[in-house]
Amino acid sequence: MTDLMRLHGARERWVRTGGIELCVVELGDTGETRRPTVVLVHGYPDSKEVWSEVAARLADRFHVVLYDVRGHGRSTAPAPLRGGFTLEKLTDDFVAVIDAVSPDRPVHLVGHDWGSVQSWEFATVRRTEGRIASFTSMSGPSLDHFGHWIKQRVKRPTPRKVGQLLGQGAKSWYVYMLHTPVLPELAWRGPLGKRWPGILERVERVPAGDYPTPSLPSDAAHGAWLYRDNVRARLRHPREDAYAHAPVQLITPLGDAFLSPRLYDQLETWAPRLTRRTLPAKHWVPRTRPDQLAAWIGEFVTAHEEKETGVLAPRTTPESRYADRFGGQLVLVTGAGSGIGRATAFAFAEAGARVIAVDRDAESAARTAEMARLIGAPEAWGETVDVCDEQAMEKLAEKVAAEYGVVDVLVNNAGIGLSGSFFDTTPEDWKKVLDVNLWGVIHGCRLFGRQMAERGQGGHIVNTASAAAYQPSKALPAYSTSKAAVLMLSECLRAELAGKDIGVSAICPGFVNTNITSTARFAGVDAAEEKRRQKKSSRLYGLRNYPPEKVADAILAAVVHNKAVVPVTPEARGAHLMSRFTPRALRTIARMEPPL
Amino acid sequence: MTSAVVREISAELRGFREVQTLAYECAEAVAAQLKPGVTEREAARMQRQWLRERGVRDWFHLPFAWFGDRTAFVNFRVPLQFFPTNRKLEPGMPFILDMAPVYKGYTADIGYSGCLGLNPVHDKLLADLKAHRELILSEVRERRPLREIYEDVDRLMVRQGYANRHRAYPFGVIAHKVDRVRERRLNPTLFGFGTQSLKGLASDALHGHRDGWSPLWSPYKFSDHPPRPGLWAVEPHLGFRGTGAKFEEILVVTDSGDPEESAFWLDDDLPHVRRWAEGI
Repeated sequence: MTDLMRLHGARERWVRTGGIELCVVELGDTGETRRPTVVLVHGYPDSKEVWSEVAARLADRFHVVLYDVRGHGRSTAPAPLRGGFTLEKLTDDFVAVIDAVSPDRPVHLVGHDWGSVQSWEFATVRRTEGRIASFTSMSGPSLDHFGHWIKQRVKRPTPRKVGQLLGQGAKSWYVYMLHTPVLPELAWRGPLGKRWPGILERVERVPAGDYPTPSLPSDAAHGAWLYRDNVRARLRHPREDAYAHAPVQLITPLGDAFLSPRLYDQLETWAPRLTRRTLPAKHWVPRTRPDQLAAWIGEFVTAHEEKETGVLAPRTTPESRYADRFGGQLVLVTGAGSGIGRATAFAFAEAGARVIAVDRDAESAARTAEMARLIGAPEAWGETVDVCDEQAMEKLAEKVAAEYGVVDVLVNNAGIGLSGSFFDTTPEDWKKVLDVNLWGVIHGCRLFGRQMAERGQGGHIVNTASAAAYQPSKALPAYSTSKAAVLMLSECLRAELAGKDIGVSAICPGFVNTNITSTARFAGVDAAEEKRRQKKSSRLYGLRNYPPEKVADAILAAVVHNKAVVPVTPEARGAHLMSRFTPRALRTIARMEPPL
Repeated sequence: MTSAVVREISAELRGFREVQTLAYECAEAVAAQLKPGVTEREAARMQRQWLRERGVRDWFHLPFAWFGDRTAFVNFRVPLQFFPTNRKLEPGMPFILDMAPVYKGYTADIGYSGCLGLNPVHDKLLADLKAHRELILSEVRERRPLREIYEDVDRLMVRQGYANRHRAYPFGVIAHKVDRVRERRLNPTLFGFGTQSLKGLASDALHGHRDGWSPLWSPYKFSDHPPRPGLWAVEPHLGFRGTGAKFEEILVVTDSGDPEESAFWLDDDLPHVRRWAEGI
């Protein structure tokens, strides 16, 4: 018995249809509470246990239904196999299951891989109209849409379209293999079946454990007929009326080895009510990203359940171009009370992320959180912590984990400025600047990075370094040292965390118009002179007028594209190039006195 | 003698107040007629017509209308972008109507922010403008240099999380002087500005240059002087991620020694002030 049945309240039942028996498992309440029913359909070569992690996370809020597709897991296989796996028959099975588990109320459908392929059929044929409240699709296009996608590209073969065709053609190698007779069955029942768990773990990074189940060889052997019965027929003659009659949420794993994200380019024409989500992960997201999937499924189901009962939650639709990536994610930004940190918190909020704004100034942290909620963050909190206070940071990490969850994106941004010659910089000055600029980052990475790594479902860390990290200057010895350390820390951490699917980026902004200049310390001068220099430098930065919002955009882009080092302003990019190709010129610049 | 002077001043102020009220009435009337699909050009024309029908013949500047992210001057590079476009109003969009009519020789310059339907961000911006109105008045009464007041307003905006959008105006002004204008039969405009008013501004600039002050209240060195008595059209403009809001109204600065008398808002019975008083 698998871990599914060990879940609280799991009930098994058998549904008979068309001469076969389907094994159906239900989790969560059905009784008086009338919770929405969520049906999870597995793919190939899988069984319903592929959903165990996701189902466990949904069961406390929903009535979760899983079933083994015919010929898989404990469901029986049709005889003969040929012709027993057509989409029409799979639709019969689905209708029989929902008739049994939710006869009077539409269900929320979720499909992965071949489960999604068949769910597209369920969501586009007339006979299920009104029975499906929403459909969440991942890693499985409709064969009809796929057929039209290929036709369009063959008909008008521009270089780009030919490239897309060839790209997907190469990714579909296994489909061709599965069309050969007998051999796939032999392989699955023989060496491939034995090695498959290891392959999944190594190549697809599926965590080891009790998945795949022992039924894998026969699942995979039977499932080959899914391809043989449907792919050729549907790709050659795709249905013209394959329009979704339910709202669709499309979750696209960007690292999918079998499906190109380009497949969904014109999906809006087939599914007008489409919500797009992307996540940086490989094909088996139900195993590798259960938290994220459960969150997105839950949110989508709830949103469309409310719509049906007529109670619409007031929800500002995020318009950011990264909304598909950050919607619902938990983002923590330090130094979020002003400048780049605040702009970054806002940018994430606009993309629909839940934001934790951390600053040592309580009022400005709360203000950032308040404004973040106004522009699209479903939730936002202000936290007052000084990043260089180890205990306070530990307490914050505990609180965040307990109350808000594991952080998906961490932005270590808090920093202070310090200018002045090396001999004017006192040990206290050094300590202060290293405490905030370096130790703040170390604490953040140490505490929140560990939570991310232990969860094992990816994430991203952004550290705000500076152009001063590679541009030496006689005016900024301490500040540059601290930022260079942040840059190298980020690079090392990136190497270490790559195996855990956690990206690390160092952002090197350059001269950005923020209040870092007006709060910077100028070593070796009296208070009046310091005030004057703060004012002067603020004015110069004001003239340069590079807005922190652009840095925030660069930070979001760095997370999306998992960039290692991101110089932002033109001068930062120029200096970065010079540091690589003409370091001597850069050293000459370092000797110049800044115009203060 | 003194009472006669006071009465004379207040007669003049009454003239200014009258035209400012008229302009705000126009803004409210036009705003009430805005509906989805109306373009900026149409909104500007509606303001022009409304005021012409009520006897306005000359302008400090012609009416402007900005919709959507144009209220925050997103991607404005050249001054021509201030002129009304064919941008259509959509539900939830913020808008700003900005007009400066001259009526019976008195000038008003007002800015009216609103939004079509619900927009919580815009409501927040409007509410937060209150602090700016109070800050400006109190610092003018302290006779702080205009440039410093400008910087303090800037700091308040940054603290609130907003961007300073009046920086986009010509010379980055937060305010400019307005004055009486002689009525002529012909009132040509130049780049949207009435030539009579431009002449007044230019002559002020010339005199001010000699005496060390400027009719433009800017972040630059030429505004590094205490407030100059006269009428200032003050227009703090907040921007927040594609949403902008401003008010514009006349601040009266006198050379009185009494702080209360030394500076005051020409009129407190204005839409945005009423809104704050109602606690929205």
